[in-house]
Amino acid sequence: MIGLLARRLLQLIPTIFLVSVIIFSLQHLLPGDPALIMAGEEKDPEVIAQIRAQYHLDQPIVLQYLYWVKGVFVGDLGESMRLKQPISELIAQKLPVTLQLASMAMVIALVIGVGMGVLSAVKKGTGWDAAANLFALWGISTPNFWLGIMMIFLFSVQLGWLPASGFVSPFENLSQSLKASIMPAFVLGNSIAGVLMRHTRGAMLQALQSDYVRTARAKGLHEPRVVLHHAMRNALTPIITLGALEFGTLLSGAVLTEQIFSIPGFGKLIVDAVLNRDYAVVQGVVLVTSAVYIVLNLLADIGYILANPRLRA
Amino acid sequence: MMAGVALSSPATVAEPVDSPSRRAWRRLKKRRGAMFGLIVIVALIALAICADLVSPHDPIKQSYSAVRKAPSLQHWFGTDELGRDVLARIIFGTRASLSAGIISVGIAMLLGVPLGLIAGYCGGFIDALISRFTDAMLACPFLILAIALAAFLGPSLGNAMIAIGVTAMPVFIRLTRGQVMGIAVETYVEAARAIGNPPWRIAVRHILPNVLPQLLVQITLTIASAIIAEASLSFLGLGQQPPAPSWGSMLNSAQRFLTNAPWMAVWPGLSIFISVLAFNLLGDGLRDALDPKNR
Repeated sequence: MIGLLARRLLQLIPTIFLVSVIIFSLQHLLPGDPALIMAGEEKDPEVIAQIRAQYHLDQPIVLQYLYWVKGVFVGDLGESMRLKQPISELIAQKLPVTLQLASMAMVIALVIGVGMGVLSAVKKGTGWDAAANLFALWGISTPNFWLGIMMIFLFSVQLGWLPASGFVSPFENLSQSLKASIMPAFVLGNSIAGVLMRHTRGAMLQALQSDYVRTARAKGLHEPRVVLHHAMRNALTPIITLGALEFGTLLSGAVLTEQIFSIPGFGKLIVDAVLNRDYAVVQGVVLVTSAVYIVLNLLADIGYILANPRLRA
Repeated sequence: MMAGVALSSPATVAEPVDSPSRRAWRRLKKRRGAMFGLIVIVALIALAICADLVSPHDPIKQSYSAVRKAPSLQHWFGTDELGRDVLARIIFGTRASLSAGIISVGIAMLLGVPLGLIAGYCGGFIDALISRFTDAMLACPFLILAIALAAFLGPSLGNAMIAIGVTAMPVFIRLTRGQVMGIAVETYVEAARAIGNPPWRIAVRHILPNVLPQLLVQITLTIASAIIAEASLSFLGLGQQPPAPSWGSMLNSAQRFLTNAPWMAVWPGLSIFISVLAFNLLGDGLRDALDPKNR
C-alpha cells in the first residue's frame, strides 16, 4: 500500500508542475502588455513600472515563472490591485466560508443522492425508480444559478421564510447561519445529488445481483438488513471516493451560487476580481482551487485503497 | 437439380445485414427519452436558424412605454427592464447558446481528438507527456478555469467559446487515448500494419472510425455542459455582450427585478434547462444504444 501511495505521490509532481505552468501562462493571454492591462485605469508610469517590477515582467519568461513559483512556495501570491491586500490573506479569509458552504452542500447531496440511488435500485422498474431517475436528470440539467434565483423568488420574496442573501458564521449564531446557508447549500448540492444518485443506483444494482447478497437472502435475513448491511456497505465504497472528487466540483459551482446569494466567499472573490480586472487574484484563486482539487484527488485515492482490501495487501 | 433447390431455398439466401449505425439507430428509436431529446434539439436548431422569421419582435429594440410588462397577448413572455420583448430575446438567444455549445465542443474535439490519437497510438514518452498535460488540465475545475481563461482573453462570446472549448479538451484527449489503446491491439489494426499502411493512415482510417461512437456520446453530453458554461459566463458578463441576447445575461438582469418582473427570470432559465435536458437525454440514449452489452 505504501508503494502504491508513493507511486501516486510521484505521479503528482509533473501534474503539479504543469498546473503551475498553465496558471502562470494565464497572464500572458492578456492582449498587449500585461503591466498596462493589470494597471487598468491607472496610467501613471510609476505605477506601471512598479507592476512590471513586482511581477518581474521585465525579466525573461523562464525567470518570471521561477520568481512566481518561488513566491507560491512561500505563500506569496502577490497583492490585489483593487483591495491592496496580499492575495494569500484574502484567500485565507474567504476559503473557510466556501468550504463551509460546500460541506453543507455535500451533506445534502449525499443524503438525497445516495438515499434516492438506493431506493431506485431496490425498487427497480417501479414508479420510485422513475421518479428518482427524473430527479437525477433534473439535477444535472438545471443551471444552479437559475435554481438559486427561482428559490429566492419562492422562499424569500413570496413566502418570506428564508433570507435572500448574506452569510452568518455558525460560531456567531448557529440557527441564523443554518437559515442563511440552507438555500445556497441546496442549490449547490442539487446537481451533485443527481450525479451521486446515478452512481449509487448503478453500484447498488450490481451489488444486489451479487452472490453474497443471494447468500444473505438464502440464509433468511430480512430484506432491509440485506440491503443496508450487505449490499450498501459494498456499493458505497466507490461513492465515497466519487464524493471526494465532486467536492472539487462544488468549489466551481460556488462561484455562481455565492454571486447570487451575495456570500462573501471564494467564488465571489474570483467574480469580483474578474469584474474589476484584478488578474493576480484570479490567478491565485485558480491556483488554490487546483491545489485543493489535487489534494482531494489524492485523498480519494487513499480512501479507495483503504476501503479496498485487495489494494491494501 | 439438387444444387438449384439448395441455392433457391430460403435458408441459404443471404439476408441483408444491418450496418452498425443502422442497428444503433434502431435501438435509439426505442428510447423515448432520447427521441424526445432529439426532437427538441432539432426544433432548437430550426428556431436558431429561422429566428428572424419566427421572432414576433426585434430582440434589441427598446420601448420605454413597455418596460417590465407582464406576459400578454402582445408580448407572450412579457418585456424586460428596457421594454424589449422577452420571447424575441429567448428566440435569438438560442443562437448564442447553441453556437456556443456546438462551436466550443468543436474546438475541444479539434484539439483533443488528434492529441488523444497520438498519445494512444504512439505511447511511450509522447503518451506520458500528453497524459500529464491532460491530468494538469483536469486538476483545474472546469468552470473556474473557463472563467479565468475568458477573463484573461477578454469578455466576448467568441472568447467564451474558446475558453469553454479549451477547458473541455482534456476529456476528449483522455477518452480518445483510452479507446485507441484498446483498438490498437485488435487484429484488424495489426493486419493493416502488416500490409504496410503508414501510421497516420492506420490511425485515421482504421482506428478513428471505431472511436467515433464513444466520441458521439461524449460530444452530446459535453454540449449540454458547454451550454450551461456559456450561460454561466454570460451571467457573469464574460460571454455574449449587450445588447445582443443570451439566456445567461438575461438571467443576470432578471435577478435585479425579481420582485416586480419574475417572468424575466423564468423563461431564460427554462430555456437553458430544456436544451441541456434534451442533450443529456440524447447522450444517455446514445450511450445505451451504442453499448455493446445491450446488443
